Amino acid sequence: MSAPSVDPTARARDLLGVSRLTNAALTSWLHGLPGVDQVGCEGRAAGLGTRSIKTTSKAWAIDTAISMIDLTTLEGADTKGKVRGLAAKSLHPDPTDPSTPSPAAVCVYGDMVATAREALGDAPINVAAVATAFPSGRASMPVKLADTRDAIAAGADEIDMVIDRGAFLSGDYLGVFREIAQVSEACVREDGTRARLKVIMETGELVTYDNVRRASWLSMLAGGDFIKTSTGKVSPAATLPVTLIMLEAVRDWRDLTGEMVGVKPAGGIRTSKDAIKFLVTVSEIAGDDWLDPFWFRFGASSLLNDLLLQRQRMRIGAYSGADYVTDDSPSLY
Amino acid sequence: MAKFEYAPAPESRAVVDLAPSYGLFINGEFTESQGGSAFKTVNPATEEVLSEVTDASAADVDRAVAAARRAYNGVWGRMSGADRGKYLFRIARILQERAREFAVLETLDNGKPIKESRDVDIPLAAAHFFYHAGWADKLEYAGLGTNPRAHGVVGQVIPWNFPLLMLAWKIAPALATGNTVVLKPAETTPLTALLFADVVQQADLPPGVVNIVTGAGATGQAIVDHPDIDKLAFTGSTGVGKMIARSIAGTRKKATLELGGKAANIIFEDAAIHQAVEGIVNGIFFNQGHVCCAGSRLLVQENIAEDVERRLKRRLQTLRVGDPLDKNTDVGAINSKAQLTRITELTDAGEAEGAERWDNGCELPAKGFWFRPTVFTGVSQGHRIAQEEIFGPVLSVLTFRTPQEAVAKANNTPYGLSAGVWTEKGSRILWMADQLRAGVVWANTFNKFDPTSPFGGYKESGYGREGGRHGLSAYVTTESNG
Repeated sequence: MSAPSVDPTARARDLLGVSRLTNAALTSWLHGLPGVDQVGCEGRAAGLGTRSIKTTSKAWAIDTAISMIDLTTLEGADTKGKVRGLAAKSLHPDPTDPSTPSPAAVCVYGDMVATAREALGDAPINVAAVATAFPSGRASMPVKLADTRDAIAAGADEIDMVIDRGAFLSGDYLGVFREIAQVSEACVREDGTRARLKVIMETGELVTYDNVRRASWLSMLAGGDFIKTSTGKVSPAATLPVTLIMLEAVRDWRDLTGEMVGVKPAGGIRTSKDAIKFLVTVSEIAGDDWLDPFWFRFGASSLLNDLLLQRQRMRIGAYSGADYVTDDSPSLY
Repeated sequence: MAKFEYAPAPESRAVVDLAPSYGLFINGEFTESQGGSAFKTVNPATEEVLSEVTDASAADVDRAVAAARRAYNGVWGRMSGADRGKYLFRIARILQERAREFAVLETLDNGKPIKESRDVDIPLAAAHFFYHAGWADKLEYAGLGTNPRAHGVVGQVIPWNFPLLMLAWKIAPALATGNTVVLKPAETTPLTALLFADVVQQADLPPGVVNIVTGAGATGQAIVDHPDIDKLAFTGSTGVGKMIARSIAGTRKKATLELGGKAANIIFEDAAIHQAVEGIVNGIFFNQGHVCCAGSRLLVQENIAEDVERRLKRRLQTLRVGDPLDKNTDVGAINSKAQLTRITELTDAGEAEGAERWDNGCELPAKGFWFRPTVFTGVSQGHRIAQEEIFGPVLSVLTFRTPQEAVAKANNTPYGLSAGVWTEKGSRILWMADQLRAGVVWANTFNKFDPTSPFGGYKESGYGREGGRHGLSAYVTTESNG
């Protein structure tokens, strides 16, 4: 991807109708967004969760979900061996069935990017790196930018940054905006191309749905290519109502600007049944344009094997069991 | 073509065992009619004949009332509250156990989507029996007055929009308070009431406590006019409600009437707009708009009207209209040809009077009775579609400028059953609820029902309440209220 043609600060001034982007201007814009009624939002998500997806549509949904996975390992105990195993798994998710699609990306810490890139070779699977003092985001800006540039230099195709939740919760929206805009700038490579930037809002720490909506709009305004729920290190992580609000945000953002932004729920989505509920929500809230790995991802690890099990069951007509899918991320404990 | 097509996901009909014809449930058993005739009940989604049911005669009604009187005098009126409660708990549990059977049958006979009969109608019907079972031995403490006593024999006539649920609203409080019942289901939806007769037998309820007579208007009139009926409970149109009120004027009969509505669903500029749009959809397209308390008039603040209309129309394009037995269907069939004709006539009038008509353009099945989710914009108070109850999937959109104007427009109708208020401002909700002349005011939600909550109308929407302690009071006399 080439560098964005618009400077986020200039565009923000334009959208907000101000000559200088101040925290006051951002605050009144974000607080002017419609509120979220918690009961209604959760009711809508529960309703979408009752859709019954069978036969051909289930087969399509399973393959689509597999192709949207950012297959993830983010442990202190990660080794090169573990990362190579994950890469091998994404190259051949189901060795018994070569028609199985590959996940969209492998997601690792910055120091594992080179290992992952090498193991994936020329395969059309991206390497995503978490950056900016993941998962807490508690470091100075120069450190966060260095973290990002390091991952880019190692060959990352995508950067998953975390926002400073402390700044957001204390009302320093301009601080969060600048942080995202600067990291976005750091995503530009020497040759002028740029890595896509996913902005992790850590919705479990923002707590209210109003905050999720505001953080989504702030992240889009500041130039994020994706808005992402969670690091996976905080509970609750990706819930359906939170993802629903983010899907409303990207849809409404496209109405406003004509631009599409991606959505990535991450953490806590472990079963095919859950994944299908998210796809139903993408389809009915944002629309089918987002039903594409370029615009929607699942941050997950164990989800892949459940999808593979379901896929095998649909192919052979019976449940095979956990020993019939390869496991490259068994628990250490 | 959409990327994500949902494959058909039909609920199985195998769970339902339909007889080719049904008699009348009188004195604990199915009996042949004396002098009545028969009529067919059809599946409105396919026009397939489901079964033949009896059009009960006045003589049949007389037998049913006599059976109810014997049961009242002989056993039910003397039974302790605790023992009545046991029967009601038993009925509630059987309804839960047979929920799928009831849901499929309700959908077949009524045309409503299976997800609604499965998730709303049947669970709520069971909940009404559970709730009232708990009151049966506590009536002295319900705050109804001193020494609450049953009226005796209650005649009940119910509509076709929520057949089993309306039956539960009627029968559960009547039995809990010690009354016996003669109930007539609507002529287009008699089947779940007849299946309920099976539940009554299964629960071993004493013969005559619940009698079910099927038929049309004349059967209903025979119940209303029967001299040995002590109390009437009716849910249906305002026109029929007025006839009933005239019929019983000057008699000792007591009555509760739950009639039509033309509810305002009021959206303020500060509302949680995404959820408000869902509330509008739920308000008028739930159960094909066959809901007396449907939010059929959308009152939206003028400064957000354009945005709300755009969002609403986009949302309506995702509504899935079609086979009611498909688990993904959001909007099912119109209940009858007669109702479809009425909806068509009123919407044509809306167009002729100058309102702007829009529908979601969805494909409709070739057979059966269907109507596309429809929105009229540019509607004013003078239009028929703003005044008359359409009882279909048709929304009239009006605008307002201030809260006072919203209240004035909302109240400017002969009806007063329900209203919805959407705002993030708590004080405004309270103020609006105080000003609106409607029996139910929902705040930031719509069409939510619970057995603990009284339901009923102001003005021409009827009198009396159903549900909660208020609902119980309609079924007893006390030393203070006679």
